[in-house]
Amino acid sequence: MAAHLKKRVYEEFSKVVQQQPHEEVPAKKLRLTKPSKSAALHIDLCKATNPTDALQYLLSFARKPVEAESVEGVVRILLEHYYKEVDNSVRLKIASLLGLLSKTPGFSPDCIVDDVISTLSNDKSNQVLAQLLDTLLVIGTQLPENTAVTQRLIEVACKHLNSTYFGVRNKCLQLLGCLGTVDKPLTKESEAGTSIAPLRDVQNLISDYFGDQDPRVRTASIKAMLQLHGRGMKLQQTAYSQACKLLNDDYEQVRSAAVQMVWVLSQLYPESIVPIPSSNEEIRLIDDSFGKICHMVSDGSWMVRVQAAKLLGSMQQVSPHFLEQTLDKKLMSDLRRKRTAHERAKELYASGEFSSGRKWADDAPKEKVDTSGVNLIDSGACGAFVHGLEDEMYEVRIAAVEALCSLAQSSPSFAEKCLDFLVDMFNDEIEEVRLQSIHALRQISTHITLREDQLDTVLAVLEDSSRDIREALHELLCYTNVSTKECIQLALLELLKNLTKYPTDRNSVWKCLKFLGARHPTLVLPSVPELLSTHPYFDTPEPDMDDPAYIAVLVLVFNAAKSCPTMPALFSDHTFRHYAYLRDSLSHLVPHLRLPGRKQTAVLGSELSEVGSGSLESAQQFLQESLVRVSTLQNLDSPGAQDLLDFTIRDLKRLGELQTELAGSADFCATYLHCQLLLMKALQEKLWNMAVPLCLKQNAMASTAAQQILEETYKLEFLYSGLETRQVATIHNVRLQAKALQLILTARTKRGVEPLIGLCEKFLQEVELFQRLFMSELPHFQDSFVEKLLELMPRLVACKPLDLVKILQTTLRQSRFIHLKLPEQIHRASATIIEPTGESDNPLRFTSGLVVALDIDATLEHVQDPQTTVKVQVLYPDGQSHIIHPKPGDFRTPGPGRVRLITQVYLSHSAWTEPCQIEVRLLLAYSSSSSRLAAPKPAWNESTEGLPTSESSVEGTINLSKPVKVFIMPKPARR
Amino acid sequence: MPDIKVTPLGAGQDVGRSCILVSVGGKNIMLDCGMHMGYNDDRRFPDFSYITQNGRLTDFLDCVIISHFHLDHCGALPYMSEMVGYDGPIYMTHPTKAICPILLEDFRKITVDKKGETNFFTSQMIKDCMKKVVPLNLHQTVQVDDELEIKAYYAGHVLGAAMVLIKVGSESVVYTGDYNMTPDRHLGAAWIDKCRPDILISESTYATTIRDSKRCRERDFLKKVHETIERGGKVLIPVFALGRAQELCILLETFWYRMNLKAPIYFSTGLTEKANHYYKLFITWTNQKIRKTFVQRNMFEFKHIKAFDRSYADNPGPMVVFATPGMLHAGQSLQIFKKWAGNEKNMVIMPGYCVQGTVGHKILNGQKKLEMEGRATLEVKLQVEYMSFSAHADAKGIMQLIRMAEPRNMLLVHGEAKKMEFLKDKIEQEFSISCYMPANGETTTVTTNPSVPVDISLNLLKREMALGGPLPDPKKPRTMHGTLIMKDSSLRLVSPEQALKELGLSEHQLRFTCRVHLQDPHSDSDTLSRIYSHLKSVLKGYAVQHLPDGTVMVESIVLKVSSSGEDPNLKVILLSWSYQVNVEVILQKRPLYPSIGVTGVTDRHWRYT
Repeated sequence: MAAHLKKRVYEEFSKVVQQQPHEEVPAKKLRLTKPSKSAALHIDLCKATNPTDALQYLLSFARKPVEAESVEGVVRILLEHYYKEVDNSVRLKIASLLGLLSKTPGFSPDCIVDDVISTLSNDKSNQVLAQLLDTLLVIGTQLPENTAVTQRLIEVACKHLNSTYFGVRNKCLQLLGCLGTVDKPLTKESEAGTSIAPLRDVQNLISDYFGDQDPRVRTASIKAMLQLHGRGMKLQQTAYSQACKLLNDDYEQVRSAAVQMVWVLSQLYPESIVPIPSSNEEIRLIDDSFGKICHMVSDGSWMVRVQAAKLLGSMQQVSPHFLEQTLDKKLMSDLRRKRTAHERAKELYASGEFSSGRKWADDAPKEKVDTSGVNLIDSGACGAFVHGLEDEMYEVRIAAVEALCSLAQSSPSFAEKCLDFLVDMFNDEIEEVRLQSIHALRQISTHITLREDQLDTVLAVLEDSSRDIREALHELLCYTNVSTKECIQLALLELLKNLTKYPTDRNSVWKCLKFLGARHPTLVLPSVPELLSTHPYFDTPEPDMDDPAYIAVLVLVFNAAKSCPTMPALFSDHTFRHYAYLRDSLSHLVPHLRLPGRKQTAVLGSELSEVGSGSLESAQQFLQESLVRVSTLQNLDSPGAQDLLDFTIRDLKRLGELQTELAGSADFCATYLHCQLLLMKALQEKLWNMAVPLCLKQNAMASTAAQQILEETYKLEFLYSGLETRQVATIHNVRLQAKALQLILTARTKRGVEPLIGLCEKFLQEVELFQRLFMSELPHFQDSFVEKLLELMPRLVACKPLDLVKILQTTLRQSRFIHLKLPEQIHRASATIIEPTGESDNPLRFTSGLVVALDIDATLEHVQDPQTTVKVQVLYPDGQSHIIHPKPGDFRTPGPGRVRLITQVYLSHSAWTEPCQIEVRLLLAYSSSSSRLAAPKPAWNESTEGLPTSESSVEGTINLSKPVKVFIMPKPARR
Repeated sequence: MPDIKVTPLGAGQDVGRSCILVSVGGKNIMLDCGMHMGYNDDRRFPDFSYITQNGRLTDFLDCVIISHFHLDHCGALPYMSEMVGYDGPIYMTHPTKAICPILLEDFRKITVDKKGETNFFTSQMIKDCMKKVVPLNLHQTVQVDDELEIKAYYAGHVLGAAMVLIKVGSESVVYTGDYNMTPDRHLGAAWIDKCRPDILISESTYATTIRDSKRCRERDFLKKVHETIERGGKVLIPVFALGRAQELCILLETFWYRMNLKAPIYFSTGLTEKANHYYKLFITWTNQKIRKTFVQRNMFEFKHIKAFDRSYADNPGPMVVFATPGMLHAGQSLQIFKKWAGNEKNMVIMPGYCVQGTVGHKILNGQKKLEMEGRATLEVKLQVEYMSFSAHADAKGIMQLIRMAEPRNMLLVHGEAKKMEFLKDKIEQEFSISCYMPANGETTTVTTNPSVPVDISLNLLKREMALGGPLPDPKKPRTMHGTLIMKDSSLRLVSPEQALKELGLSEHQLRFTCRVHLQDPHSDSDTLSRIYSHLKSVLKGYAVQHLPDGTVMVESIVLKVSSSGEDPNLKVILLSWSYQVNVEVILQKRPLYPSIGVTGVTDRHWRYT
């Protein structure tokens, strides 16, 4: 057999060599000149004289990919060597290679199952056995449908379960976990001749190893159980008590896995009843497990603590009684009951005596504690979060904060209770924890109302020097409910302080006040005269309109006035003037107000608001209708088609401006139609009937059109998110048309055939690529350009370039316009540079040759994967342009779909005589190979040495934001 | 039964003068060697005459272990090693070794130079003593001699504080020293693995206290300081030089950094500066945050905190000053206090406990007028705040440590008797282990059940494995056949054959015989064949053979028939079997000859053949 195979391999090898000279297609040539892997391997292995050499060959072999068709040959060669080999390490490597090879896509590993199993029964080395089982595991996971193989593998696993080597047991358990089924007992075991009693299901079998002597095996058994669960098998409740026992294991990995196990079971059987040991009471399983996991929050190993704290967050069904225990900690001093600082603060607040000076013995213990009643060891959930939040490792603290947050979201009463603890976390020593707790508080803020003393603590953080913290806090304040008028004043005061200390926070503070005002109109009302410093009898001086602090106050008041009609009566004259100004300049912060006697603005405002509130459906309908109307255009040449397109484009653009929800879709359609329009114009009849030399002007027009279409298609593809394959295919179709047009134009203008050959080939490759990528979409492309091309493909490949051009020309003109079908949601990526504002007249001076750092602050919306795609472009007046890649850390995500870029770019230039403006803008980089539909990653290993980077990939950039001008002045260096 | 003896010389039902003698497995260890702050006479040091009346201690102690650098844990060390006399090894962690001599020297200066005491240890003695110190690393197992090994665990409390595991053979003792189970701004929490010691000797300072979260206190502290600074006031924080001072410094330093504050923070010079230097060096002993960020910036290299000069106290504008000593009874802190007391904008924050009679105690109790020396009165207008920062484990912390270590017995020291009583009850109730709280000089004896390691021959193990059955379960005992050979001090378990061979003995086989008398008129051979045929019919599943030499074999049992001399009808049947359990089963379950009365079964004769 082996000899025969070897012969086959040699044949393959020699055949390849013979064919080589005849081959013409360059793409295929590359692959075929490489000698077959199996043959090379065989030769190498035969050459190896000692195990070390063989191992080296195998190692270097493993670094190269193997094609699916030659895998089987390679496997046979490897197995042959395996039988001959005496050295354990080489056998081990071969076994692992077998596993790797069976992962090759396109290769079905069921043919080697028998061989591997037979080697398994012959091998003596435990390590090799473990590796072989691992290989079987790989094979088993590759063939999940093949029940016969699965059954056999399970038998094998059962057989080896009582091995003395932990690795073998581990792998067997893993196999059982990956392949076993719970519902079916392992009936075939007795036939397989194992010593294990028949009629036991996989779960029972695995749970036997919960008590194994080796902690690694215990871990593996729990993991296998979890794997079963992960595959959708329903675990039995019997495992619960076993898993609970393992929570006290000596080894952290066992405990960690056991915590997970307990959690899984608690999610499966939340309502079943379990007895409490040493008493005859019973509780729900979810409560019991909650208590147990809470207990693990004070485990000795921090890994386990993190795990436990994380899992607590997802146990939402737990009874509120247990949940509230987690925050409970009975204080005691010298056996007297003491109140916590939280309780004291609350009492102080309730008694109306706020912020009294702290006295010594203020916290003096009160009543005597009954000695027998004190329970020092926490039973169950007691104080779990108190411990978790005070933990030494910040990982645990973060996990605890997250868990607290998610539990509080589902239970308002718990949210109320955990408020104090979260507020305390604002003072953590690690910034990440502070940030996380601010975010957590924001998420639960719908449930809570902050007390004055709590707000005080929260606001203290506003002075933090970290911008992230401050902005997170502003965000939090946007959603916060406060209880009294004093709270509003306090918040305003602190925010203004913040504004003077950190003027860059301007926008964020204003926005914060906008929400604060809109949320609490009744609380703002009584303090309006004070805020605006108006006086019933005297006129007060008019405040400076450019003062950010004054604007902040106005934003608060105006937003409150929106839902409080009595408020404008309190405004003085200049306030109305300022309102008109701010309504215009900061329209996103100042809402429309119905002001008495201010008709002008009111009319304008109401008109806008009507449009704004105009139903979304009608706009959607309009969009659909205009698309349908356009789609009736069968022929591009029909009279009036151009006009129709023109109008539709105009309509869509306007619609996008009016209806922000539909802006993405409308823009997308408009751009697409614009492409069509350009194409239509370029293909106009008379242009093509004229002799070439006579229509130079038209040629130029057509080529710019083609160029423009190309650009637009890239924008269409990469700037919009939410596209489906079908739309992408449509865009590609248009792109192909543009390319065809370019090709035709080149053919017309250039003399000679030579330059055409390359272009034609490239074009054909692209058509092929299209076919490969969008196979499934082709049925939707009836009568389209692409479809026609693909029909003609055999002819195209064969014919000469000039013929090809002719065919293209006719197809292009006959092809139908494709109706664009809109997906659910399309968003257009956009960016705005907030800073630099471009208003400064003071040039940024620096010594030439050195660098100056320019702070850039921008918001990005709907940009996918901004870390890799967004770049900053700096354009100097001399035409030099630099593209800067911001660090991944510079991107922050304050909300879904929104990204904030805060970065620095370094500028440098040689000396100028006078200051000049540079342009800074954001770019979106794309490459067609990184398109969402790019071909899957090559073969089974990471090396891509042999793979040419896809030649059709086009790298480019799209402008993402408006350019901002910055005045700079590089001075000559002083000597 | 071997036992472990623990005798506290100090710190037994008391705080201060920690010194505990432990004898385990024939080794004597002294844990800590501290002094008592409350006494100025001989009682200030532990009574070393308990160990030996006269002469040096070297012969009686195998090693001395110091848990941390506080004087109540190491203050008597030079006295013991140099004046009483001890030359053996003294173990302490690196930071303790570095800081301990500074404190000892300071202590010596106060007692000798200020109070003018004689017969006290000298600087040279401190140096000589420190030469005997062997430094320890965390989690490093140090072999003191062949049998005794010690291992240090992190204890929190102060920089370099350690818990020690002392192990002789399979007997072990853990001594915690002082420890803290909740992390603070500069130190982490105590941690120990599940070492299951025979005795856990734990401090119990806060045996009856459960503390509130540290965060509230920190936040309050920072808020107070911040508010005072904002309204332009000055803040005085009287501290003791080491430990809490560093924690508060870090707290303020990070707060200043976070909030971008500019007001100066001063630190009174001297001892503290030197100690700060060591804090900078021993970064690995601090908490996670400091350890992780020290590459960018060592947290103890304070940016905002500068050395204090006397003249700064009169500078205008807000400032924060840390000054020693902590109870405002003398020194720099009192001087500054006098200067600032008159202004209500200012504030003093007392971070610790104040002894009665000190200025600190008075102002904490709300006294508004203080009498100073020279009949001057000082009006106290500034705000007085109290903020407790303590680094001992509270009752919950102690319980948590017990849960971590899982000891078999518990022993409480370093606490007040009444409070210990409460904790003792709790421990006994919740862990059901016995708990002791000896007074000074009282010896507690705990019997241990040490496991004796025995070598087993591989062949025997393999044979046992081959017998089948499930793999050995480490948690369950299992019986097996073998011979235990005790030779010199080694114990070995070998197979019987090998034992015989090694000892040069020949094998003896044990056979049991039994005579059964029965009346039977037939001849001997007939009787035998009758018995044979009967047995054949009754014992279907067994191999029954009639051998030519006039015997019947049932498996390995031999039957012989002979007639007795006096009565030819009385036949004596001789049964003989080797030592096997199944023989008896056959005999009991199946009476040989139901038709004939069996007489001799009950009086079986046992003898060697």
